[in-house]
Amino acid sequence: MTQQTPGHAPHQAAQALKIALAGNPNAGKTTVFNALTGARQQVGNYPGITVEHKEGAMRRGELDLRITDLPGTYSLTAYSQEELVARRVLIEERPDAVIDVANAGVLERNLYLAVQLLEIGVPVVLALNMMDEAKRQGITVDAARLGKLLGVPVVETVARVGKGMDEMLDAAVALAQERRGSLTPLVISYGPDLDQALAEMSALLQGKGLEEAGYMPRWVALKVLEGDTEVAQWLRARDADAAARLEEMSAKVADHCRKTLDTYPEALIADYRYGFISSILRQDVVQVRRIDRVALSDRIDTFLTHKLLGPLFMFAVLYAIYTFTFTLGDIPVGLMGSFFDWLGGLVGAALPNGALKSLLVSGVIAGVGGVLGFVPLIVIIFLIISFLEDSGYMARIAYMLDRVFRMFGLHGCSVMPFIVSGGIAGGCAVPGVMAARTLRSPREKLATILTAPFMTCGAKLPVFLMLVAAFFPKYQAQAMFAVTLASWLVALLVAKLLRSTVISGPSTPFVMELPPYRLPTLRGMLIHAWERTWQFIKRATTVVLPISVLLWAAMTYPGLPAHEAERFAAQRAQQEQVLAAAQADNDEDKVADVQEALSGIDHEEAMAALEYSAAGRFGRAVEGISRYAGFEWRTNIALAAGFAAKEVIVSTLGTAYSLGETDPEETTPLVEKLQTDPDWNLAKGVSLILFTMLYAPCFVTVFTIRQEAGSWGWAAFSMIFNTTLAFAVAVVAYQSMA
Amino acid sequence: METIGLRRLAVGQRAVITRIMTGGELGRRIRDMGLTPGAEIEVVGRAPLKDPVALRVKNFTLTLRNNEADQILVTPVEADGAS
Repeated sequence: MTQQTPGHAPHQAAQALKIALAGNPNAGKTTVFNALTGARQQVGNYPGITVEHKEGAMRRGELDLRITDLPGTYSLTAYSQEELVARRVLIEERPDAVIDVANAGVLERNLYLAVQLLEIGVPVVLALNMMDEAKRQGITVDAARLGKLLGVPVVETVARVGKGMDEMLDAAVALAQERRGSLTPLVISYGPDLDQALAEMSALLQGKGLEEAGYMPRWVALKVLEGDTEVAQWLRARDADAAARLEEMSAKVADHCRKTLDTYPEALIADYRYGFISSILRQDVVQVRRIDRVALSDRIDTFLTHKLLGPLFMFAVLYAIYTFTFTLGDIPVGLMGSFFDWLGGLVGAALPNGALKSLLVSGVIAGVGGVLGFVPLIVIIFLIISFLEDSGYMARIAYMLDRVFRMFGLHGCSVMPFIVSGGIAGGCAVPGVMAARTLRSPREKLATILTAPFMTCGAKLPVFLMLVAAFFPKYQAQAMFAVTLASWLVALLVAKLLRSTVISGPSTPFVMELPPYRLPTLRGMLIHAWERTWQFIKRATTVVLPISVLLWAAMTYPGLPAHEAERFAAQRAQQEQVLAAAQADNDEDKVADVQEALSGIDHEEAMAALEYSAAGRFGRAVEGISRYAGFEWRTNIALAAGFAAKEVIVSTLGTAYSLGETDPEETTPLVEKLQTDPDWNLAKGVSLILFTMLYAPCFVTVFTIRQEAGSWGWAAFSMIFNTTLAFAVAVVAYQSMA
Repeated sequence: METIGLRRLAVGQRAVITRIMTGGELGRRIRDMGLTPGAEIEVVGRAPLKDPVALRVKNFTLTLRNNEADQILVTPVEADGAS
């Protein structure tokens, strides 16, 4: 960020003009941004918070423009992080011009944000977007007259088809060059009481150098009257004395308002802002030709949110999404898997046996491959989520389910992350946790992020299928259904627990817009899905690589001691002699027997090496505690390996029980083994199902939680809390059944 | 005309907001979305479990929960046949 020189910095011709896009959600701001910058976008999070930050560069004649997409907001109060971010960028990064993208059909509410932008004093161009839609609704807006009354350039646009984009940019560039960073705040009257207080308060702030920091005295005074804690804090840090006096004056005004008008200053301020807006709109700016019909969206909603048809349709949609994603995703996920198998084979053949080959094949390629295998799923899920969001249906899902989810301290918008994570068995918690972005409120979002991984994801599925086949052979379908129900129950109960303890706090208001149904643009969906996927790929590869190498090392080192290795080598040499003899005799039965014995030796050695490795020692070490849940060391290793990816539990159990290469899809021998092994019984089976359902999410998910929750603290919490809970539940189940 | 809580409006009924009885986060949010005294609203639907409720206000549709609707007082508008 360039340093702002005190006063007004004139722009060098070579410097890029900074243009910010502001606007209400659903006003088409993202469409404008995509139309302007196309693929030349950068996405990042604002430092310390998970509000997305998008920037794009473009050229306009001789000029370089840097377009910043501010988060969509209805206001610039201190209600949400989005609003705080938008405000901070406007004031502290001081864009050369701000384009306010307003939905022309909902002009009155959209101007509420415009007025607040003007009050800050930044140069504003008002883009009346969706003019076509407004016209269809019988609304006409006199843009020229509106511009004159507001004192800002007003441009009519239809961003979906790119109409008006040039005029809009021209207006913004002209305004930026004309204003050269100077602030000219709009002053509106807030009635006799507040006006007088504002005048006194801003006089007190005069000459304290606030303007240089981009804060106009009257605006600061207004914010203090509104009870804006952020601005109050900022002022306190800057000038404690002035802040104290301002707050004292503000308290007096508030008291006066309560006594005489029975209202709050902030309510009064909002009323006057809307009053100002309607006084402008009434001056022949907006004409509504009353069209005698219910809006199409409302008509659709009488079916789609109908008390019987609505939920039925919703479940059909959710089921369709689920089926679609995981049948369509199956092919590319399989292809990715085959590709990495092939790559592993290639590298394996090229390198001599040894630690380096093992590291590259089992550590690097398998680890990174495992993560990149999620990519097709993420792309598909985000295409669908973009579609649901952009079409407006997502808001309806939240609306219909809010009542249920609220009982557990969640929000209507929590349903999507749950479903995607495996609410219908077979999802994946990685896109599920990422889907929690649709939640605006931090508390409910966090509760959703932390509980969605309890769902039965596609990687847990083979583990459950195997255990269910082994211990409930006659009731497999019922048992699987019970597992799915149990995971929902636990997720909701844990959400309730979290929301009444560590993330307690009132539920966020559900004052939410139901945007009209619209057909999303393919371009918008693709950009949206791609940028989220790319973010995932970029960050996942950097975090996943070291962890998969670490896990590989834990299961490989220290290798077998020399005398053990020699013992296996001797056994093998002996069998090979027999093999050579048998081959010479052409005794096919004998050859087969010996080959089986050889692979048996390989498995025994692998198992011995595993037991001897760090992971094996860990498995032994925790046996003392884990046996309360019925787990001996081999199960412990499998569960530890399951942290890499849950389906690895099956293959590791296979290795540990000397079954050799166990394909997670092909578990029959393991099922038989578990049924006959004296170490295993129904109690242990149930205990293992419950533990697998609940314990620490796989590390890609943990990593995603860190991204979405914004700190490693919550990622660590999910590992420790979930594992503790899983263990407690498993112990109770095992002890009561054994 | 009597003043009642917004929760008590039936689907299809129209009313004018007379008072918003809450400040803080919720009050701010309500006002930011355009629900201010004098605004005309129409209840356009209720979620399948009767909560939240969907309103039509200033040419867009808004949802809020019943306990949030309780903070908003309205005066019902008599049906004048010009729906």
